Amino acid sequence: MPDVRRRLVLWTLAFGTLAFLAVIGAPLVGTTRIDFARVFDRSVRFADNVDAQIFFIARLPRALAAALVGATLAAAGVVLQALLRNPLATPFTLGVSAGAALGAMLAISLRLHLSLWGVSAITGASFVGSLVAVAIVYALARARHQGFSTNVLLLAGVTLNSFFSALILFVQYLADPSEALRTMRWLMGDLDVAGYAPILAALPLAAIAGAAFVWLPRSLNLLSLDADAAATRGVNVVRVQQVAFFSASVATGAAVSLGGPIGFIGIIVPHLVRLMVGADHRVVLPASALVGAAFLVVCDVLARTVMAPQELPVGIITALVGGPFFLWLLVRQK
Amino acid sequence: MLRADNVTYVHRAARAPVAGSRRGAGLSGSADFRPLPGVQQVSVSIDRGGSVALLGPNGSGKTTLLRLLAGLIKPQSGRVTLDGLDVAAIGRRELARRLAVVPQETHLAFDFTVLEVALMGRHPHLGAFELEGPRDLAIAREALDATGTAHLGDRVFATLSGGEKQRVVIASALAQQAGVLLLDEPTASLDLGYQLEIGALVSRLNLERGLTVVVATHDLNFAASLCRALVLIRDGHVQAAGPTEDTLTADRIRALYGVTAEVHFHQAAGHLTVVPLGKATHA
Repeated sequence: MPDVRRRLVLWTLAFGTLAFLAVIGAPLVGTTRIDFARVFDRSVRFADNVDAQIFFIARLPRALAAALVGATLAAAGVVLQALLRNPLATPFTLGVSAGAALGAMLAISLRLHLSLWGVSAITGASFVGSLVAVAIVYALARARHQGFSTNVLLLAGVTLNSFFSALILFVQYLADPSEALRTMRWLMGDLDVAGYAPILAALPLAAIAGAAFVWLPRSLNLLSLDADAAATRGVNVVRVQQVAFFSASVATGAAVSLGGPIGFIGIIVPHLVRLMVGADHRVVLPASALVGAAFLVVCDVLARTVMAPQELPVGIITALVGGPFFLWLLVRQK
Repeated sequence: MLRADNVTYVHRAARAPVAGSRRGAGLSGSADFRPLPGVQQVSVSIDRGGSVALLGPNGSGKTTLLRLLAGLIKPQSGRVTLDGLDVAAIGRRELARRLAVVPQETHLAFDFTVLEVALMGRHPHLGAFELEGPRDLAIAREALDATGTAHLGDRVFATLSGGEKQRVVIASALAQQAGVLLLDEPTASLDLGYQLEIGALVSRLNLERGLTVVVATHDLNFAASLCRALVLIRDGHVQAAGPTEDTLTADRIRALYGVTAEVHFHQAAGHLTVVPLGKATHA
């Protein structure tokens, strides 16, 4: 907290630059080589500039989607870890992603091919699924106590996760093989958004969550003491917990419906960031969003290129990096 | 002045009829047979600058009373007032500028530094998006100074010893610049050396800074050394209250805890001391 202003500016600038470079650099990488100077060559018309077309139409949406998904998942991870006072919590702990996945599975299996303003039915259904999960978990957490029980929240989330997973398996079991393959592919995470529309659709949701993320951090610091200690220092604990829960859930729902349940970002990134910037959530939260953006963009580049021309699902890359990292954290945490 | 007037708070679990409790009557020691937690029709009054200990056996209701005084729970009847204002209506931020609480133990979920923990006490003084300024930093450093923890400023809180942690938490409470300090068994998890250290610190804050101090504790000697008045609570009711030298007697200790004890004025210590002799045969 000392010099929090200076540290906030410094780290935001540093990680902001990193995220920006990743987003600009990622579209330059791929099976078809393109030249950076050519992309921004204004003397050639856009219609004739193949490099610019590849950059702006084929690859940039994907990099932006990765950045948005990475940023929201990392930020949601920070908020949920503070809410549950558990550094090992992830955005998927509370069942939001399982709800989203179930929604997407149903849309795929029922062959909903509608789309609205360029947003597919799968994306829409997965967001609705995440909201249903959020509502169930929240109702349970409210029902048991006068206030808001984070213990019940955690248990309800974990239980709902496995329940929804069972339903997902059931839907997959009934689906025909080609659909089962599509659902499998969706579950592995896929940032191939095919245009800017899905990103623009997710943006308002991310912005709502983002506004909450600006208001929350100092209260999240105090919640790390515990609920009573925060209350006696002037925090309206129940309101903060509600805002934290809903904003993190909306952010997760938006991210998952855009890119699928891409694992481990919500835990790797906040931890790495805390190692660098300390514990203060006022720095950790924006820094994690920026590092999360950069991290997922880079992972997606790896996913596109490691086995080129074949593409790996980006969720496999983040899991391969994240799994060992998570275990290392567990061992390190005495 | 901090007052509780006829406050009653009975925990929900204890109030609600327990399903199947009749059939389970043989199972003594099950959750159904816990001593009734909470307080009933309790009144206490603590003057500005006073030092009061809440004493009583486990489950007597002293922690409930402390939580009521802190505004953490609302009384089901009666009311708690601080300087004439209803604690339940005053608002969390405003209350935090008038009253601070030190719990028995503090575990931080993340690796905040000692200075950061002290600065958390500034929360009720800051606007929603405001960052701490030089004045807040000065107040936090001064609070660390007062508790003898200034040299630990950059250490991670979780790496401190129990006694150091407790002093830092007291510093964080001091940074709130509140006139009232409530402590819930502040020495229960500390060894003898740290107990004395915390006792001396709280005593100094009371005498030199005029802080109103209320301590819930099991440690009778700690209470006698620190507090000029005692409130004895058993089964949710106040058994006795008054100046320490009148209230801390062998008879009262026997009635409160079912324990035979000797109470002497100890010249070197400068306060009453209690030597427990054993469980009383007729409590």
